[in-house]
Amino acid sequence: MPSYKPLILGALLLSMSASYPMAASCMSAPDSITLNTTGKLFLPFQFNHAKHIQDIKECSDCHHHTTGTLVQNPKCVKCHSNSSPTAVVSCKGCHSSTPFSPETLAEKRTEKQRFHLDKMGLKGAMHQNCIGCHTKMAAGPTGCQDCHPRSKAGDAFYNSDKVASSHGKKKH
Amino acid sequence: MKRRNFLKACVIGGATISLGKTNKGWAAGSFEGYPEAMGVLTDTTRCIGCRSCEAACNKEQNLPEPETSFQDKRVFEEERRPDSKAYTVVNEYEKKQPGGPVYRKIQCNHCNEPACLTSCFVNAYTKTKEGAVIYNSKVCVGCRNCMIACPFNVPGYSYESVTNPIVKKCILCYDTRLKVGKPPACVDICPQEALTFGHRSDLIKLAHERIREYPDRYTDHVFGEKELGGTSWLYLTSTSFDKIGFDTTLGNEPIISNVKEFLGMVPMVLSIWPALFSGIHLLSKGKHDDHGEQTETKQEDH
Repeated sequence: MPSYKPLILGALLLSMSASYPMAASCMSAPDSITLNTTGKLFLPFQFNHAKHIQDIKECSDCHHHTTGTLVQNPKCVKCHSNSSPTAVVSCKGCHSSTPFSPETLAEKRTEKQRFHLDKMGLKGAMHQNCIGCHTKMAAGPTGCQDCHPRSKAGDAFYNSDKVASSHGKKKH
Repeated sequence: MKRRNFLKACVIGGATISLGKTNKGWAAGSFEGYPEAMGVLTDTTRCIGCRSCEAACNKEQNLPEPETSFQDKRVFEEERRPDSKAYTVVNEYEKKQPGGPVYRKIQCNHCNEPACLTSCFVNAYTKTKEGAVIYNSKVCVGCRNCMIACPFNVPGYSYESVTNPIVKKCILCYDTRLKVGKPPACVDICPQEALTFGHRSDLIKLAHERIREYPDRYTDHVFGEKELGGTSWLYLTSTSFDKIGFDTTLGNEPIISNVKEFLGMVPMVLSIWPALFSGIHLLSKGKHDDHGEQTETKQEDH
């Protein structure tokens, strides 16, 4: 088995430190959450939750139908027009960290009734949510290392030492 | 009389072989892939061109160090293709368009009916039931027919190896991952889930569902669903496929359909033609029997 496999899995396991009840308001939410806790290629980092609450105000913009005001999206409203807040609102509560494992794929195949068959994995959901919104709002980081600095293992993985030499070569 | 019997046998044998071959060819042309075959759906609207898939492929397949780092975006200045040192590459298209740039990952598409496999006369290629097109370097004679046959220009050849040059291409991480049900390394590392791994039949449904749900976001076509008889790798895009490096003139017929009739003819030609021309020769010789006999004897003497 290749040695970097645990690194990938590690990077996959972006996890939120707490699953917090959000029934009444966003006030009970944590101010800061450590993300990418088991990341190997990229280091864990602090997500400033408080700042996002302040800037966005609407919890459901990120948390969908699980908390905050009810969703407005016509597609979601079909089922979630009257959904009550869920007990678990963390990303990993719904988005699997192993979306393509044989077990997850088999589960999807057997549960024919499931509507959200195309649900993103945890890593995909978080990156799309963050980078998507940052790009749309033209605010906030979009580069890999703007959020999570790369580890030494990550440097080796991306052969980052190869940049300077080839850059010089190309110029000449 | 011996010669006549021999010729008869040739004709009968040739006819049998050619019929057999043709039937086999028809069967192959209607093959729609293994039912449990896996695949990958590339959603180009999600790709951000981070090149992590290239790095993951490099490490998983123990490929040589790249010339420049995998974070170097200057590689996008030119359109690249996979080779023996990189089984997958990401290219940038539509650079100055309003919705652009659009990134597209290229690798072996793992056809249901691979042209490489069809062209290989030593059977070095196998389409596994998991959907991967794998390659056995031990039987390869290095003819590189597969490189010419591949409609996607995928297989690379390790020209740099003096002693043992072999054909190299993406094998869907068959040996290390796919065989045990795991997704390929590129899929595992993709931060944007631009690559979705699953059963090919499920992915086709999923792709059409995405188009149906977001008609403004996608072009109403799943590349690889039908192209060349279908491929294990499928694609979605927001722009037209020909603008992001796809050959949209390939059609839906697998490559084998273009050659199966011809290949069915080969044994016939090999067996009937000698008989036919020998017959003509004998007939023409019959008219000048004495002369012919003499010539033959003379030739035998030499």
